[in-house]
Amino acid sequence: MIHVENLTRYYDGFCAVDGISLEIHRGEVLGLLGPNGAGKTTTLKMLTGYLRPSSGSIHVKELDITQNPIEIKRMIGYLPESSPFYKNMLVYDYLDYVAKIRQIPPNDRYPRIKHLADLCGLKEVMHKTIGELSKGLNQRVGLAHAMMNDPEILVLDEPTQGLDPNQIVEIRNIIKKIGQEKTIIFSTHILSEAEATCNRIVIIHRGRIVADGDTEALKQSAGKEAVVFISLLNVGIEEVEQALSRIEGIEKIEKIDSTDNSLLSVTVHCKSSADLREAIYRKIKATDWVLMEFRQETKTLETIFRDLTRRINKED
Amino acid sequence: MRQFTPILKKELKDYFISPMAYIVTSTFLIVTGWFFFSTFFLYNQADLRNFFTLLPIIFSFVIPAISMRLFSEEFNLGSYELLLTLPVSHADVIMGKFAAGVAMTGAMLLPTIAYPISISLIGDLDWGPVIGGYIGALLLGGTFSAVGLFASAVTRNQIIAFIIGAAICFTLTLIDKMLFFFPETVVSIIEYMGADFHFRNISKGIIDSRDILYFFSVMFIALYATYLSLLKKK
Repeated sequence: MIHVENLTRYYDGFCAVDGISLEIHRGEVLGLLGPNGAGKTTTLKMLTGYLRPSSGSIHVKELDITQNPIEIKRMIGYLPESSPFYKNMLVYDYLDYVAKIRQIPPNDRYPRIKHLADLCGLKEVMHKTIGELSKGLNQRVGLAHAMMNDPEILVLDEPTQGLDPNQIVEIRNIIKKIGQEKTIIFSTHILSEAEATCNRIVIIHRGRIVADGDTEALKQSAGKEAVVFISLLNVGIEEVEQALSRIEGIEKIEKIDSTDNSLLSVTVHCKSSADLREAIYRKIKATDWVLMEFRQETKTLETIFRDLTRRINKED
Repeated sequence: MRQFTPILKKELKDYFISPMAYIVTSTFLIVTGWFFFSTFFLYNQADLRNFFTLLPIIFSFVIPAISMRLFSEEFNLGSYELLLTLPVSHADVIMGKFAAGVAMTGAMLLPTIAYPISISLIGDLDWGPVIGGYIGALLLGGTFSAVGLFASAVTRNQIIAFIIGAAICFTLTLIDKMLFFFPETVVSIIEYMGADFHFRNISKGIIDSRDILYFFSVMFIALYATYLSLLKKK
């Protein structure tokens, strides 16, 4: 559906996006992850035809973005980062304006706007000026704007930014719902969000792709070592190290700073993925320590993300 | 160019929803009305010559004030990004906004029709120069709107856009009054560049293709320069 090759963009000598290649298929919900300033927004702006790539190419369904920008823009619905709408327009007037530009036939305009108002929960604010709306409502106007002509591809730049937890869940549900039939590309730096909504994740850092794959595959691939988290009452770190280091397969024991001084929290890093919980538990049982918490840490996207971005920072 | 009308309508509506249109129009009417009628009865002549003589100078301040927001506001708000990711071409955007500026100028000129009408009631008015004057005023308004649009496309600050626009329009108006500074060989070229020079011809009631060509070519140059400065933003 979308074919991106060697996409590069410079801003006055600063390289924001550095040779990104991507193949996005129909029906994918792709999460673009990365720390601030990684080049997410720049990539999306190029995909939507707002910025011109310094080099590289973007093809949507065999159409080249520099040669057929208007045809491509017809297929794409875009929600920019801060939803910058005309503040003095009424919500209805604005959506009507977008409908006209999107060439929706006059008879279909009203039903379409009504449908979008229902979908995005805008019914009560249709007669208000956009400037009066809260951040969350503004974001919903943006979503309605993006979905106006029922586009095949939706590009959303940080769609849940600045929303309260309830609204985040709502927007995610909308994304999931649309994602069943549409191709969605959205950027975020909230990992749990990507995990909850995407079926493919691309992590970019300093303008380059550092990981690309299925959400599940990505989680499994990153790091095999198991980590066990233990929290103990009234015991020193030296004692714990002494007792646990005798277990075979433990690589290192790390103390975690906590606010509660009487509590000692440590993470035990194992050399392999073997489950050492039993051995650790038996060791602890033999002592008179009070065990407050004991769990195997699962690899989350968070840890993968941290590992990947840190590794690159170190290499430089 | 099919997307040009919704943009034109939206921009025009914006002028009349905000106090903008009313403030600019009333300022324009007060200034022209005062300068025109305060000396009108002293001359004791039933014509609009004084009104049309003043028009280029007044236009060079009023029209950049109308057109300053057309692009600057969108850059500042960020809505320009939304606009350009909709399926519209640069030509749609530029022509839509330009037409809105010209239409606004027309709307501002419309109430001044009261001047010739009231004069024709008290004296014997020659309508030829009046009609010529209004055609010239629209051409001049269009040219200054195009210049103002260009000024608006180079900056995100509306005040700077106004100053750049007013400076260019003012120069175009006054350049043919400064001919004595220039060597004789270039005088006719410089004179040809002056907007007031061409406007004076038309407002005498003589519609010459050279004057019309002048206005359209300045419009074209300014609109093309707008297009180039938008391309640079990509």
